[in-house]
Amino acid sequence: MKIGIPKEVRPGERRVAITPETVGRLLKLGFEVAIESGAGAGASFDDSAYEAAGVSIVPNAATLWSVSDVVLKVQPPEKRSDGVHEADLLREGGTLISFLWPAKNKELIERLATRKATVLAMDQIPRITRAQKFDALSSMANIAGYRAVIEAASFFGRFFTGQMTAAGKIPPAKVLVIGAGVAGLAAVGAARGLGAIVRAFDTRADAREQVQSMGAEFLEVSLEEDGAGAGGYGKVMSAAFIAEEMALFMRQAKDVDIIITTALIPGRPAPTLISEAMVNAMRPGSVIVDLAAENGGNCALTRPGQVVVHQGVTIVGYVDLPSRLAPLASHMYGSNLAHLLGDMGGAQEWRVNLDDQVVRAALVLKNGELLWPPPKIEPPTPVAKPAVSVGVTAATKASKKKAKGSGGTVGLIIGTLLLGALGMVAPKEFLSHFTVFVLACFVGWQIIWNVTPALHTPLMSVTNAISGIIVVGGLLQLSSEFTGPVMLIGATAVLLASINIAGGFLVTQRMLRMFHR
Amino acid sequence: MPESLTLVAYLIAGILFILSLAGLSAQESARRGNILGIVGMLIAVAVTVLSQSMHYATLAIAVGIGGIIGTFLALRVQMTSMPELVAALHSFVGLAAVLVGFGSYLMPGPDGATEQVIHELEVYIGVFVGAITFTGSVVAYGKLRGIIRSKPLLIPARHWLNLLMIVACVVFGWRFVGAPTQDGVLSLGIQAGIAGLLGIHLVMGIGGADMPVVVSMLNSYSGWAAAAAGFMLSNDLLIITGALVGSSGAILSYIMCRAMNRSFISVILGGFGAEEGTQPARSSSEPQGEVTAIQAAETADLLRDAKGVIIIPGYGMAVAHAQYPLYEIAEWLRKRNKTVRFAIHPVAGRLPGHMNVLLAEAKVPYDIVIEMEEINEDFPQTDVALVIGANDIVNPGALDDASSPIYGMPVLEVWKARTTVVMKRSMASGYAGVENPLFYKDNTRMLFGDAKKNVEAILMCLRTDSDAAAAQ
Repeated sequence: MKIGIPKEVRPGERRVAITPETVGRLLKLGFEVAIESGAGAGASFDDSAYEAAGVSIVPNAATLWSVSDVVLKVQPPEKRSDGVHEADLLREGGTLISFLWPAKNKELIERLATRKATVLAMDQIPRITRAQKFDALSSMANIAGYRAVIEAASFFGRFFTGQMTAAGKIPPAKVLVIGAGVAGLAAVGAARGLGAIVRAFDTRADAREQVQSMGAEFLEVSLEEDGAGAGGYGKVMSAAFIAEEMALFMRQAKDVDIIITTALIPGRPAPTLISEAMVNAMRPGSVIVDLAAENGGNCALTRPGQVVVHQGVTIVGYVDLPSRLAPLASHMYGSNLAHLLGDMGGAQEWRVNLDDQVVRAALVLKNGELLWPPPKIEPPTPVAKPAVSVGVTAATKASKKKAKGSGGTVGLIIGTLLLGALGMVAPKEFLSHFTVFVLACFVGWQIIWNVTPALHTPLMSVTNAISGIIVVGGLLQLSSEFTGPVMLIGATAVLLASINIAGGFLVTQRMLRMFHR
Repeated sequence: MPESLTLVAYLIAGILFILSLAGLSAQESARRGNILGIVGMLIAVAVTVLSQSMHYATLAIAVGIGGIIGTFLALRVQMTSMPELVAALHSFVGLAAVLVGFGSYLMPGPDGATEQVIHELEVYIGVFVGAITFTGSVVAYGKLRGIIRSKPLLIPARHWLNLLMIVACVVFGWRFVGAPTQDGVLSLGIQAGIAGLLGIHLVMGIGGADMPVVVSMLNSYSGWAAAAAGFMLSNDLLIITGALVGSSGAILSYIMCRAMNRSFISVILGGFGAEEGTQPARSSSEPQGEVTAIQAAETADLLRDAKGVIIIPGYGMAVAHAQYPLYEIAEWLRKRNKTVRFAIHPVAGRLPGHMNVLLAEAKVPYDIVIEMEEINEDFPQTDVALVIGANDIVNPGALDDASSPIYGMPVLEVWKARTTVVMKRSMASGYAGVENPLFYKDNTRMLFGDAKKNVEAILMCLRTDSDAAAAQ
């Protein structure tokens, strides 16, 4: 299978979907990889580096698109400067993996559908544990959070860290981070690293521990309300809460030097958290970096893609923060892609598996058929207290079981047919025993999954003892109706089974007594 | 005793067995679960004995002898020998199932032609499963005990041989059904013999480290054998219990196979790497670099300076009986407010959950013994990872070397710790015959020698130094 990586066409986009480092993994998975000449230039990877890594260089985009089975991109396909739309370059029945934002790009998806394309949107990868290594949004948010601090530092006219110098005392900068998701936490970490005093605010109660572990102060409003919503994002809060929150931000605005906002709930316009009045209250020279700028911004005065100065306060509304760290962003994005391609079977066993929760969620088109939005899967709401690790594993186990269960439709049909056949010939009494048998299998299956792995050995010895129930068989043959061989056989069976019963239960008891906290 | 009362008692016993297994879902409720199982068994046996008149003297002798042997075994067995005991107990169930099958065939069968055929089929299947369980467990016992070589025995065309034996069983089954008792017993006996050979051959072909799968598979078979006996005797309690045990073993086998990233079929059908020939499979990328050896005293220094320690035990710890001094080390570290945890790989040892039992025996509290899935992400924040007698389950090649025979098996990511100390007898490769790049990593130190001696030496260094510090 051939993978092609075209040069990104959006002006200012410096990232590239694969780097000379991450391409190694794709080659290992058995893919042939080709790249458009100059595709890595913006991220400081030149053609020779790709060539050395084993990638073939294709001089122009049209050829590259036409020879590739799978095209990897960063930005959604768009109209090129020569007037050709990238979507039309995709070969009939080809596969495209990139950021896509399907909710915003209906027209693009229709265009791709006419190419009978299979399209996976990296922005639709669900936020579940298993999908972490494919989660490009988190990778990009991490970079954006770091870069936000760097941008803030470059516009801020002072040190971040406090110092005692011969010229006098220099106070440390105070940074407020609003929203402690991936980006927010990265910003907290970067700002702490530069020596600033950092405060963070988030409506989700479990963000507190994460914020504090990064060395920042967690701000709270007096009202108690947990804002944890589905998928690790926040939810919309009540009016009373928002009023309290606004008062808090107003107080903070007067005190801090830098505000970094990252509040965003997917699919909604960004909430306005920093009003014009708050900006006015900030000291001249202060900086606001708005990471939600692309969706309207958390600050009322943000202009997406621009830097504006309002009464001495600089408001940074860049929407291309990850692209400003193009080499790193490309590397992380490329790793996410490589993991995803590996998960989908590599070149040999390539399969768009609809039963794979991750693939299903990201899949927008399959051979031109619209499959987005995916059917609702159980939203992975984070467990309230991560400390209770037992609960977490139980939950993941349960979800694994669910995923397994959906597969065997064929098996179910065959099973039903076999049972039907059995019903034709078997006598009634046998069937009633058979019913008991099948139900007991299911009960056993359900209970045993709950047994903690630490007790698997006691489980084996107790089942050993219980399977000594065959003693009942022996006992029935010891009935005084029978004599001779049957009785002898029965007696031996009883003897053997008694060993099991006594031995199994006793050794289990002995073992269990050893387990202590 | 009226028959309906017997049935109700059986129902109660069945429920108690279910509750018994359910109790094992947590350490707190496990002991109560076991007791419920005992009660269930007592009810079942008492009701059966009371339901009809019996040869009471014979019964008392049989139960007495069996009970004494069982008690003796249970009290004497060392926890390191648990796998052998479990295998031995499986063989008893298997043999009992064969006997019950024969006995049931000799008893007068049900009325009606169809009923008769079904009954005979039940007997036949019950004896087949029982015989495989019996001989398979005996061989597994021998292998675990070290009486039989643990290397897989791979005779040419062994799959065909297995197939041939199964076909033979089917042929004799054809002759068996409907035959007069005299011929029937002969066919049944021959079939039991062939099934016994099949059981031997199947387990002979499986190597030592696959034993967790084999033992749980035999556990499952012993359950199915009991269920088959239930069918032939029209006894629902046997059916229920057999099905419970059968599915329990099946799940354990499945968990073990998943932990080794191998299919059940491939484990059952033969030794590891067997398809590539018997010599150890070489991974294409030979590990590069130097092995750094270390002494017990330096290991003690590392532990003393560490804040977080994770100990990874493997079968080597069980062989050397090193769990007791290891517990002392863990206690010494815990008293000094260091985080000490034990990381357990699902297939460490020769029995599912074997390591947990050994550590529990050495008094290690179960809340610091953690499963692989939960602890893997903590290695990067760990100062020292202490690997003792484990090899394949800590092989980084399983994650990043697609050519490695164990590629895709989930492993404990010990190399992410700041320093990894590996205690090992020598540089020999593990069971799977795969080179372990872990040993060549920059942050890996090798502590060669007998595991127990080394652990004791480390403990001594820790203790003498702390005494010296106290004396100053």
